[in-house]
Amino acid sequence: MLELNFIMLFVIIAAFIAVEMKDLLSAVVSVAAAGLGLCIMFLILKAPDIAITQLVVEIFLLIILIRATIRKDLPFSTSGRWFFNTLMTLIFLMVFLTAAYTCLKQIPQFGYPLMRVSKYYLTEGLPKTHATNLVTSILLGFRAYDTLGEATVLFTAVISVLAVMRKKGRKKIGEAEDKYEL
Amino acid sequence: MNSNGMSLIVKTVTRLTVGFIFVYGIYIVLHGHISPGGGFAGGVIIALSFVNLMLAYGKQELYHRIPKLFLALFETIGAIMFLGIAILGFMSGYFFYDWFVSKGKPFTIFSAGTIPLSNIAIALKVSSGLFAIFLVLVLIRVTGGTQE
Repeated sequence: MLELNFIMLFVIIAAFIAVEMKDLLSAVVSVAAAGLGLCIMFLILKAPDIAITQLVVEIFLLIILIRATIRKDLPFSTSGRWFFNTLMTLIFLMVFLTAAYTCLKQIPQFGYPLMRVSKYYLTEGLPKTHATNLVTSILLGFRAYDTLGEATVLFTAVISVLAVMRKKGRKKIGEAEDKYEL
Repeated sequence: MNSNGMSLIVKTVTRLTVGFIFVYGIYIVLHGHISPGGGFAGGVIIALSFVNLMLAYGKQELYHRIPKLFLALFETIGAIMFLGIAILGFMSGYFFYDWFVSKGKPFTIFSAGTIPLSNIAIALKVSSGLFAIFLVLVLIRVTGGTQE
């Protein structure tokens, strides 16, 4: 598990660079590096399904982010109120660390006990659904109701993006016509 | 040679490889119950093949060739197909129970009941939805660039 720790360190450093970088394009590239490290971590943990999805969604996100930032370099103001910002950051960091410490002490060791539910999935997944990919058999067989909800979320997201970004709004009767046409 | 879009090298390489990317996405979708992958990942790969075309050939070239109506149609067909598979299970008293497709032998494509059908539905939804989002964001940059 040593290589996992190294890659985790790499991902954390890349995320810090992405937050702290002044240039937006460099920040996007650092986000891409962090995503690639996460993908390799998933591969080492023997989860190729999630690795494929992570890689592909990362590419898609990256294209959209680069297209959004390639023209417009937004100014990023860090001056003023630095004392308040630092104080709030430290307080939130302490709260988060204490909560994480008390929570993470409770969880069992990494990959050690197979819970009752996952044991049932592992033994009954192939005979019940005849799908050799266990992840898919859980996702679309045992837990298909969740997947239906996620598909509904995606559907709603697409509809709302299309509604916000449409060319011309529908007007009420008697409302004046807009001068600008987006 | 058309002025918009990227250089001739990029256009040629895209023309040669975009079909393979598309077929690979379909492969990932259809083998979702056998090997790693599935509807979501395959759908995003299919959407990425169209995005690839759009990046290489420019917006104006592709704007008139892409049937915008088909995107909404595929998205809706995917959603209704997935919901229909879910509701058809009510016929035997379950939700998502594969009673109308035989389970078949494991390790073959035609197996696992309704899971491949659900994969295809999700892939239709995801690919058309994501590409529609990308298209809308790109078009907003084209027409609304002068504002603000």
